[in-house]
Amino acid sequence: MADLINLTIDGIPVAVPRGMVIVDAAKKIDNDIPVFCYHPKLKPVGMCRMCLVDVGTPKIDPATKQVVRTEDGKPVIAWMPKLQTACTTPVSEGMAVRTNTKQVLDARNNVLEFLLTSHPLDCPICDKGGECPLQNLTLAHGPGLSRFEYEAKQHNAKHVPLGDLIFLDRERCIQCSRCIRFQDDVADDHVLQFHDRGRHMEIVTFSDPPFDSYFGGNTTDICPVGALTTADFRFKARPWELDSTPSVCTHCPVGCNISLNTRLETRTGGHEIKRVMPRQNEQVNEIWTCDKGRFVHHFTRAEDRLTHPLVRDARGKLVESTWEAALQLVADKARGARVSGVIGDRIANEDAHLFGSLFSDVLKDGAVAMSPAIPAAYADIARAYGVGKDTDFKQLGKGDTILVVNGDLEESAPVWFLRLRQAVVDRGAKLVIAHDRSSKMHRYASRIVTYELGMAAHWASEQTTELSAELKSARNVLIVFGDEKLSAEGARSLARSLANILIESGHAGKANSGLLPLYPHANTQGVFDMLPATTVTTGKVDVAWLVGVGNAADVPQADFTVVQELFLTDIANNADVVLPALSFAERDGSFTSGDRRVQRFYRALPGLGQGKPDWWIIQEVAKRLGATWQYHGTSEVFAQMAQHNPYYAGLSYETLSQAEPQWPPVGRADLYYGGTAYDNSGGIGSRYAAPAEQSGFNSSLEPVVAPPVDMEALQHLPHTLYQDGELIRRSKVLSGHVRAQRKEAETA
Amino acid sequence: MKYYRTHILICVDPECLGKGAHDIEDALQDELVAQGLIDEVQVLETPRIGDCSHGPEMMVYPDGVHYVGMSVDDIPFLVEEHFLKGRVAKKFLLTKVEVKDEELGAPTSKEVRVVLRNCGKIDPENIEDYIAEDGYEALAKVLASYTPEKVIDEMLASGLRGRGGAGFPAGRKWQFCRASKATPKFVICNADEGDPGAFMNRRVLEGDPHAVVEGMIIAAYAIGSSRGYIYCRAEYPLAVRTLNIAIQQARALGLLGEDILGSGFSFDLEVRIGAGAFVCGEETALMASIEGKRGEPRPRPPFPAVSGLWAKPSNVNNVETYANVPQIMLRGAQWYASMGTEKSKGTKTFALAGDVNHTGLIEVPLGINMREVVYDIAQGIKDGKKLKAVQIGGPMGGCLPEEYLDRPIDYESLAAAGTIMGSGGLVVMDEDTCMVDIARFFMEFIQDESCGKCTPCRVGTRRMLEILQRICKGDGKDGDIETLEMLCRQIKSTSLCGLGQGAPNPVESTLKHFRKEYEAHIYEKRCPAKVCKGLIRFDIIDACTGCTVCARNCPVGAITGERRKLHVIDANTCIRCGICMQVCNFNAIVIN
Repeated sequence: MADLINLTIDGIPVAVPRGMVIVDAAKKIDNDIPVFCYHPKLKPVGMCRMCLVDVGTPKIDPATKQVVRTEDGKPVIAWMPKLQTACTTPVSEGMAVRTNTKQVLDARNNVLEFLLTSHPLDCPICDKGGECPLQNLTLAHGPGLSRFEYEAKQHNAKHVPLGDLIFLDRERCIQCSRCIRFQDDVADDHVLQFHDRGRHMEIVTFSDPPFDSYFGGNTTDICPVGALTTADFRFKARPWELDSTPSVCTHCPVGCNISLNTRLETRTGGHEIKRVMPRQNEQVNEIWTCDKGRFVHHFTRAEDRLTHPLVRDARGKLVESTWEAALQLVADKARGARVSGVIGDRIANEDAHLFGSLFSDVLKDGAVAMSPAIPAAYADIARAYGVGKDTDFKQLGKGDTILVVNGDLEESAPVWFLRLRQAVVDRGAKLVIAHDRSSKMHRYASRIVTYELGMAAHWASEQTTELSAELKSARNVLIVFGDEKLSAEGARSLARSLANILIESGHAGKANSGLLPLYPHANTQGVFDMLPATTVTTGKVDVAWLVGVGNAADVPQADFTVVQELFLTDIANNADVVLPALSFAERDGSFTSGDRRVQRFYRALPGLGQGKPDWWIIQEVAKRLGATWQYHGTSEVFAQMAQHNPYYAGLSYETLSQAEPQWPPVGRADLYYGGTAYDNSGGIGSRYAAPAEQSGFNSSLEPVVAPPVDMEALQHLPHTLYQDGELIRRSKVLSGHVRAQRKEAETA
Repeated sequence: MKYYRTHILICVDPECLGKGAHDIEDALQDELVAQGLIDEVQVLETPRIGDCSHGPEMMVYPDGVHYVGMSVDDIPFLVEEHFLKGRVAKKFLLTKVEVKDEELGAPTSKEVRVVLRNCGKIDPENIEDYIAEDGYEALAKVLASYTPEKVIDEMLASGLRGRGGAGFPAGRKWQFCRASKATPKFVICNADEGDPGAFMNRRVLEGDPHAVVEGMIIAAYAIGSSRGYIYCRAEYPLAVRTLNIAIQQARALGLLGEDILGSGFSFDLEVRIGAGAFVCGEETALMASIEGKRGEPRPRPPFPAVSGLWAKPSNVNNVETYANVPQIMLRGAQWYASMGTEKSKGTKTFALAGDVNHTGLIEVPLGINMREVVYDIAQGIKDGKKLKAVQIGGPMGGCLPEEYLDRPIDYESLAAAGTIMGSGGLVVMDEDTCMVDIARFFMEFIQDESCGKCTPCRVGTRRMLEILQRICKGDGKDGDIETLEMLCRQIKSTSLCGLGQGAPNPVESTLKHFRKEYEAHIYEKRCPAKVCKGLIRFDIIDACTGCTVCARNCPVGAITGERRKLHVIDANTCIRCGICMQVCNFNAIVIN
């Protein structure tokens, strides 16, 4: 960067960008100035007073306006009379900072002593114990003894439910306002505030329902004490007992990087997920994740998980069988038959690749499709004109335009909502929204277009020329779109019109520009990429083979149905063979996010019962059908796939698992700086280039005629974050929200 | 503009009109022409001078003479007597029943009234009254003949320092704000007078609101602002009323709004009402409150001149500062700078309170010494007692003992003595005051008013209060003084805003000047001033006649004794309420 400011911190020179505050500058040279209220992702307030340092600037001779220098040419430093908060003081040229003088150390000691006067000594039962900034900083800087009287300790309410997901312990709270500022400045859900003042100041929620936010779980990560805890994790385990495995959230197209914290439960004799934590990936989710991603994990150890292959017996009942018998039965039925395969869009790339290969290479008469079917109708356009390879949401700001069409960002891709909102609110990007109803994103729009239900494609095709002309002058154009109330043809028409806008306005195939589809799940793009283009079979077939389709409505009719699934869903219950699959937490693999970032996830839990990964099941059937596949693991499948799939050329598990140092550094020993989000050791993934970026790609306009409004599509309920489903229904803490949203949808 | 030496204001309220006010007015015009005075004396109409009960009424300025009850026939005599011969026509004078103003008496010889000059003299709800006292003339002068830079130069030359307490030169503040490029800019008046016992600003707002409004318009012109706010505390309903009336009247006359006095300069203003938090007197908290946020201070820099209200350049001064501005512009910086000391110019208002014979508002030139204030202006200590200390600077100020009485009252001398000028609270305490108790009182106030944002103020002041409460209860222990001193240092050096940084002042200054009293409380378990209830006991001496009055009035039955015999107080039952002492007719009850 050109505009660097030079300063010294404890005599060590450092050059940092203009505007950076001293705490961050010190962090660049591994000088960990202690903080409580400061957080690198939040606006500084300077209220905890923990980061006080001695600051000086070069002395200027008032007469000559020149820096006064000593005999050996060093500038004379004019030290400020009082200590300054390092979190609010921006660096300036020639500044000198001392972080280890007696005065500074005393101030830290004193602030800690004040904070500890009424802090309860319940570390042994506190969830934060072991990863607590207050504990760590007290050990590093605090007094061993307090001079104040124990009897004078102030008692406050403990276990105050702020909502059904977050609990507040008012005794532990040190009033740093990180949670309030996160909710106000990042989530824009103004649900928390201080009440009363002075020593009686306390955190309250004033929304109805209380703590009404999709992002509340993040406040527990950044809380520097154990004041905020989640209903899911509180009193469940100590942090040091937990194993942490890098993973990727499967519930929306964002592909948030997460860490699965697991522990061996002696009581039940098995491993289970104790909590889900965000894992830092500044390209994807920074250090945030939504509450669905954090709290939905209970399905992995649900009581009703399938543990054995099931085969329908002569009396028509599904009974437990052996893998050998079940696999052989499937192979026998599929051999030479007309097979229709459907694979769900949560399934990993490797499984989808083998499933696709099965249909293209092994089976003689078959067709394969993705469920849900509508995204498959436009995923090729979303890929071709998707955001450029080097797109970084952090660079979106002044001069850029974000166009949101026919989708609700917060409900469909919560963390994209956070990030694009910041591009608009904090950095000045222009937001235009076209939708049939209002959404939270509408708050920030500079222009809102409302069309009638199901008319998204019509609107886009009519507006193409006008919008293109308007967007020509924008620096970058990001178009977020969803497929609400549209048929497959309608959705494709909408995507095509939006692609035309990018082409006509000159933004196709550029970094920080492109289409951003609001796909339903984490691997919609990946599964689509893996499957061969086959014509969808119509009418009844011999065998239907359904992999992880949940309760999809559009499954083929067949004489014989095979289902690979986690649970005995309605579809599975009517199948002839049900094969128990493993959840994402029990195996490894890769997903491709909505913005085409390919990311690895790792095995955190041992498999349940006799469950097997989907790719293994597919391979075993293929072998029995004569295929010579010999894959020993997903890495081999991925390598083979990358050789043949041009989009994934050059990618491998090694490249995907590379992690580079990120800013701000979180997850280090100094938890107080970034909270308890996890450092990224599992890789930050890699986005493959959009075809439109590549030379030789013919970005040309295609005329679009919007199809008539599809009356059936109008019946589809718009996507909501907590909408009912096989997985979220099994969450021990979110089920109430699921019921609430279902009720809301029914009355709507 | 034509100048008249004298203005006659005729009341044209319906009641006076009914009594022939218009006839009087016509007669006056005719008579002035007849006597050749029409170019010297102007006749104006005004709504309401008095209560119209003796109408028709008229007011003569600048003489300030209020005539009532004359008829048309009396006019030739009146004009001749007053306007030709210069004698007050006593016959028509309104004989008023003088209501004694408890807050603001007639100025003593040591006082100079600049800010308070109109208070109690003009009708605050009548802009004409203010205009008659040279009101808005300064504004006209500034808009017509001064550049904004010239205004700031005048302010700098006058040496006026912010009267809110910290004493930052007002001209410099304006200069910084003018230098800020961002727009719009805001002019803010801090009328959140929160110091206990202080009412200097309230009196100005209630008695002379236009002086503040005019000062703000001039400030706005100087810094380039088009919008202003007066942040007034809700506890001042009358001030809010007078301000709103003043703003409406000024707007009606084109003194606020678009194109003021045809100068092309536009400025408007509104009153924002605080919700009673002391900390909102801190400028950054005040601005947060205007923005509708929690009234909490924020770290400076950035200073308001760079990033203030809604992150725009803003100039915050208090009521007294703005009220000085029109006079400075009108009478010149040299005039203002001629009052005061080298570094502290002009006058300062104080709310005198405590154990003195004369309390109330005063306005004195800076540099006057404390002895003159206490003994000349306040006429000495009540009941002939000895002075113990003077508390100056509000709750974050300090207590000065008698040896400081001869030092001048100016910003530097007060800082050197360990206190601050503050906004103008001045409490005189006699020998019966316990300084530990006073420190506890102020600490209680501060602890109550701490916003809680920063740790040292939120937690530290509470810890100080706990120790002080313990000492006053008689449970002080060795090391308490050292802990208090340590806490003073820490809270001062680590707190976020002026409230926290000043919070230890009452304790620090009493520890400095009255350390022996603390020691008596802690080590001898004795309150020398006999105030702290935990450290005193009531006893009955031989003067007791056994009248039983004390025993009958004691709320807890601690006093026993037979009629006509010496009574006894049971110290264990006694709650030290002091009722017995008040009811005893023989001074037989003493505190030990």
